[in-house]
Amino acid sequence: MSVDTIWVLAEVADGAPVTTSLELLTRARDLAGTVEAVAWGDTTAAVAGTLGEYGATTVWDVGDLGGSLPGAPVAAAIAAAVGAGSAPDAILFPATYDGRDIAARLSVKLDRPVLTNVVDLTGGDGGLVTQHAIFGGSQMASARFTAEGPGIYVVRAKSFAAEPSGGAPAAVSALAAPDTGATGTARVVSHHVEERTGPKLDEANVVVSGGRGLGEKDQYVLIEELATLLHGAAGASRAIVDAGWVPYSHQVGQTGKTVKPTVYVACGISGATQHLVGMKNSKNIVAINKDQDAPIFSVADLGIVGDVHKVLPKLIEAIKSRG
Amino acid sequence: MNVVVCVKQIPDPAAPPALAPGTNNLVREGKLILDDSDSYGVEMALQLADAAGGGEVTLVSMAPNGETSGLRTALAMGAAKAILVSDEALAGTDALGTAKVLAAAIARVQPDLILAATESTDGYTGTTPVQVAEILGLPSVTFAKRVEVSGDSVKVDRQTEAGYDEVECPLPAVVTVTAGVVEPRYPSFKGIMAAKSKPVETLGIADLGLDASQVGATGARQEITQVAEAEARSAGEIVVDEGEGFERVIQFLEQLKVL
Repeated sequence: MSVDTIWVLAEVADGAPVTTSLELLTRARDLAGTVEAVAWGDTTAAVAGTLGEYGATTVWDVGDLGGSLPGAPVAAAIAAAVGAGSAPDAILFPATYDGRDIAARLSVKLDRPVLTNVVDLTGGDGGLVTQHAIFGGSQMASARFTAEGPGIYVVRAKSFAAEPSGGAPAAVSALAAPDTGATGTARVVSHHVEERTGPKLDEANVVVSGGRGLGEKDQYVLIEELATLLHGAAGASRAIVDAGWVPYSHQVGQTGKTVKPTVYVACGISGATQHLVGMKNSKNIVAINKDQDAPIFSVADLGIVGDVHKVLPKLIEAIKSRG
Repeated sequence: MNVVVCVKQIPDPAAPPALAPGTNNLVREGKLILDDSDSYGVEMALQLADAAGGGEVTLVSMAPNGETSGLRTALAMGAAKAILVSDEALAGTDALGTAKVLAAAIARVQPDLILAATESTDGYTGTTPVQVAEILGLPSVTFAKRVEVSGDSVKVDRQTEAGYDEVECPLPAVVTVTAGVVEPRYPSFKGIMAAKSKPVETLGIADLGLDASQVGATGARQEITQVAEAEARSAGEIVVDEGEGFERVIQFLEQLKVL
């Protein structure tokens, strides 16, 4: 099972390929001789330069979807190409909302299994080998497909560094989407952008996150204030997102965002495995928690055993007084 | 309006998880509980059926050993009945195989809407609901943070990186809900008593017209080749706060030039 050709799903947001797609292109260059991208929408020609720079020689363009959610039409287009004989050995998907939808539908169309939550991919005689962080990242499982490809892989953000190779712009080739029938009838009626100040959660140099230890919803302002003072982003544990204190977009963890900031400050977060998966690879971790036995302290470079309601206001005041 | 909710019965997340030697499958013996992530879908389904002026909520689940503990929890919340697929041939089934099983079970009910969580808490593959939709030839909307049914279509606020999209989709459809889409009710005493006598139909894969080669470890066509300890992060300095703990945080942030 040699790996000659890899396709990477190039999702575009705000006019540029998402970072995870660039990370996957970078890795794919090391794993296969030929790397190609698959994109959709009316921006493909505009991003062909960037995709080429990161290693794609061709970008297969499914084109405008007329408002349909991408899951069904993009999967149908890829499946049709595979059926027509241009099957890659592997297809890498970023673990985004749309990436997962497309991978899931493609898996059924090709009747091939999917490996998700991939955090590393390596080559070998028996084909690609994946790595998965399990049990809160305390153990790493390696896995591989045992049947014929193409292998479908859904890879978590920040599994690899994105590095340009200086390649020429990718050649744009049309990839026709066959009729998707009822499966393609979910349509986007309107987009809503939620107000956000400061850097994105998964791109911020500093992330300050709050958990159940804050006690009540109103106390989350402490997290936001500290995040703002440190020019960082405010995150949250799953517990307080489930409780409705903050929107899902703030969630750090297995179900939410993976972050690797220079400093991660966990406030009132016990460190459930669900949370640790999303932040334990931060370069430095500060934890503030009342319970000295909380698992978060096992990954913290600096642990403050104390009440967040006492420590955070003092910390905020001290930073403010520095001017 | 008839709604199917896909629910997973999982080992208690509070207990340390383990892999079975030899197969490296997650150990799923003993009592299983309703995946907390599924309580949102159950609640959403009950509210939607109610708002539509009637209809049944049916649970569909796949679990080893005829396990029904988790199903009883969802029945106690108010679901009318359940279909449980339990078969020795299902050991080691992956997400696609699970989707084949669930889709075959759902097809018997012919619901107007199918709800599921975005991913399970124990396996978190996150592809099964959309695989079910594709097998059944249905549209799907994932990561719903608001769901409203009007007539024969469903309107969903779908989570995006930037905020959310309003999505419209004709029924029948598959919708996955995020935690927090609704506040799940606690089962009442009356509900718990009633759940004991609610029908749970238990099926094997042959009842669904599936072949053993499509499911189980054979159908999964993937293997775990190795499980190793991850590189441990060494625990660092611990300071017990006696009023001045914040000063150590300041020093630490200064060292890192964040301040």
